[in-house]
Amino acid sequence: MTLDQLKPGEGGVILTVGGEGALRRHLLDMGLTPKTHVQVRKVAPMGDPIELFLRGYVLTIRKEDAAKLTIQKEAAK
Amino acid sequence: MSGILLALAGNQNSGKTTLFNCLTGSNQHVGNFPGVTVEKKEGRILKHKEMTLVDLPGIYSLSPYTSEEVVTRDFLLDEHPQAIINIVDATNIERNLYLTLQLMELSIPMVIALNMMDEVRASGNTIDVKGLETRLGVPVIPISAGKGEGIADLTDAVVRTVKTGKKPEHLDFCTGPVHRAVHAVAHIVEDHAKKAGYPLRFAATKLVEGDEPTAKKLGIHPNDLHLINHLVQDMEEELGTDREAALADMRYQYIEGLCRECVVKRGETKEQLRSEKIDRILTHRILGIPIFICIMLLVFWLTFNVIGAPLQSLLEQGIDMGVSRLSALLVQWDVTPWLQSLLINGVCTGVGSVLSFLPIIVVLFFFLSILEDSGYMARVAFVMDKLLRKIGLSGRSFVPMLIGFGCSVPAIMATRTLSSERDRRMTILLTPFMSCSAKLPIYGMITAAFFPKHGGIVMCAMYLTGILVAVLSGLLLKNTVFHGKPVPFVMELPAYRLPSARNVLLHMWEKAKDFLHKAFTVIFLASIVIWFLQSFRFDLHLVENSADSMLAAIGSFVAPLFAPLGFGDWRASTALITGFTAKESVVSTLSILTGAGTDAQLSAALSTIFTPLTALSFLTFTILYMPCVAAFAAAKRELGSTRRAVLTALYQTGAAYVVALAVYQIGRLLIGV
Repeated sequence: MTLDQLKPGEGGVILTVGGEGALRRHLLDMGLTPKTHVQVRKVAPMGDPIELFLRGYVLTIRKEDAAKLTIQKEAAK
Repeated sequence: MSGILLALAGNQNSGKTTLFNCLTGSNQHVGNFPGVTVEKKEGRILKHKEMTLVDLPGIYSLSPYTSEEVVTRDFLLDEHPQAIINIVDATNIERNLYLTLQLMELSIPMVIALNMMDEVRASGNTIDVKGLETRLGVPVIPISAGKGEGIADLTDAVVRTVKTGKKPEHLDFCTGPVHRAVHAVAHIVEDHAKKAGYPLRFAATKLVEGDEPTAKKLGIHPNDLHLINHLVQDMEEELGTDREAALADMRYQYIEGLCRECVVKRGETKEQLRSEKIDRILTHRILGIPIFICIMLLVFWLTFNVIGAPLQSLLEQGIDMGVSRLSALLVQWDVTPWLQSLLINGVCTGVGSVLSFLPIIVVLFFFLSILEDSGYMARVAFVMDKLLRKIGLSGRSFVPMLIGFGCSVPAIMATRTLSSERDRRMTILLTPFMSCSAKLPIYGMITAAFFPKHGGIVMCAMYLTGILVAVLSGLLLKNTVFHGKPVPFVMELPAYRLPSARNVLLHMWEKAKDFLHKAFTVIFLASIVIWFLQSFRFDLHLVENSADSMLAAIGSFVAPLFAPLGFGDWRASTALITGFTAKESVVSTLSILTGAGTDAQLSAALSTIFTPLTALSFLTFTILYMPCVAAFAAAKRELGSTRRAVLTALYQTGAAYVVALAVYQIGRLLIGV
């Protein structure tokens, strides 16, 4: 599944990072690399973008970009 | 440059500006990096005047995608600073060290300023600073820029590092296939790098990463490039991933190992937990947007009513007193009448009316810099992104547009943080539609004369008209002039922090300086030019009545253009012309041309020029038409092209004409005049 499909509170481990050019490089630079654990914290008031928690900090990306990251969803705690 | 050159580099939100202010005090110089539109701040280190510190833009990586990243690379590679101070946010150490590893590859002596250590300690987490220092081979100094802790230690470490010229000791962060590829490439390009004065390790890593600027700068032969690509292909096959991901992964893996050894993290810091709680309200699904609107209303109310207005009237009184004293002195000294007229009617009236506006600018920037420094502006971008995406922009454009309500000049300058040229151009075009605070005296003048009881409603309507025109323009332009992909929106939401008083004050001071500079250069000059044009005929004889002046002739010449909008009077068109020098000049010109000394006289004089409907049409035109010369100059600089700036101004003026025409003609139908 892809990162945009997670609901707030759910987490997973990144498998692959898609996209291209500046977007992809930016995602990688910000620490969204394979094997990284990510949690979706919340969704913006208008339904997009989403707020992520990874590597001890908070990042926001749009759903359409989140759809380019495939993840392994982890079982709910 | 004589003396020692130092560079300050680090992520956005790492406390870089705070540290820069700590290290340099208030002796700062703001300029631009050559050839690009990225702000360059430099200052001399306190107690070490021989050392000049350059504040590099806040970046996350040395990749070649944004102009900030390119500027940082070029500065570090071409200007050869004697040392880099790399500020690292200790509460967010993993992602911050990602840039550190790339900086180290440049083989420039470096000191790491490990910021926000107070927060790390307070939350019961620990960082083994000595261990970090040994592992990285770079001095690491724990500091808290916000509290001013560790600054002396940092300065000492920098002085020592500059003296010894010791470069980072360990550069080998890689293992396995990446390691083999980097070393093989290093072997191939060793001579190129030496010839180009490029740090070898940096060159090799960037080439493996597929970095085009590096390949170009080193002038690598196509055969060698082919060989390099072959090596990279082997690496990619072995790892099952591509070159960019492989290197990002390699760096983060090294950092994870480093943090396992040196960082004991029990959990998030108090500030991070507090931020989560604050965000439960401020970015709440339902409450988020209403709260944002309330905050902005509060800021504007405090700025314009509670704090700004009394200060403004106080300053006005002071200026009036000074002017009347000067006027009396001039009479007493028997100064030539034309010089008296120049000083009193030209300079004092023009500059004075603008100057009384300073308190509002300063107060507005007080609030805006608090919102920025606290971390709230990033939330604004998060909350408003979807809205702006509809008109083809991202949430990041919201901040410049918001500043546009204060002044278009800094707003246009703030578009620099947008990494896409397209978004920048579009934001620069739309921002002046956000009614800037310099237009307030015009609202004040018109509402006082025509709508004394409904000032608030008229003002709200004007602000909304500006926003509406911006939205419609965005919808119109995103699929025509500005087609293409919007910028990727990948943004950090930093922890909320109390803004430091020093940062806020320095920011206010900077804006005040900017505004005063504008007042005493552009507006001063404009006042003299206008006085000259309205006091003389074309044969350079003093006129008795300004209706015979050159300005009247020019105004009368263009006046018929505005007749369909309802205000064909030459004084109205003349005021609009002078409004290009600065929007406040519309007021000062009208008062000069009508010979009104007081507000009451001005109101009376205006009712001979306008009816309430034509006043409304005039006001609408004023809100929307091209911004003042300072904003135009800023737009020209940010767009990097005079042609584009002129086109932008023409579009704005065209939009103003159409909307004002609609207001007047529809209004006429409604009233039945």
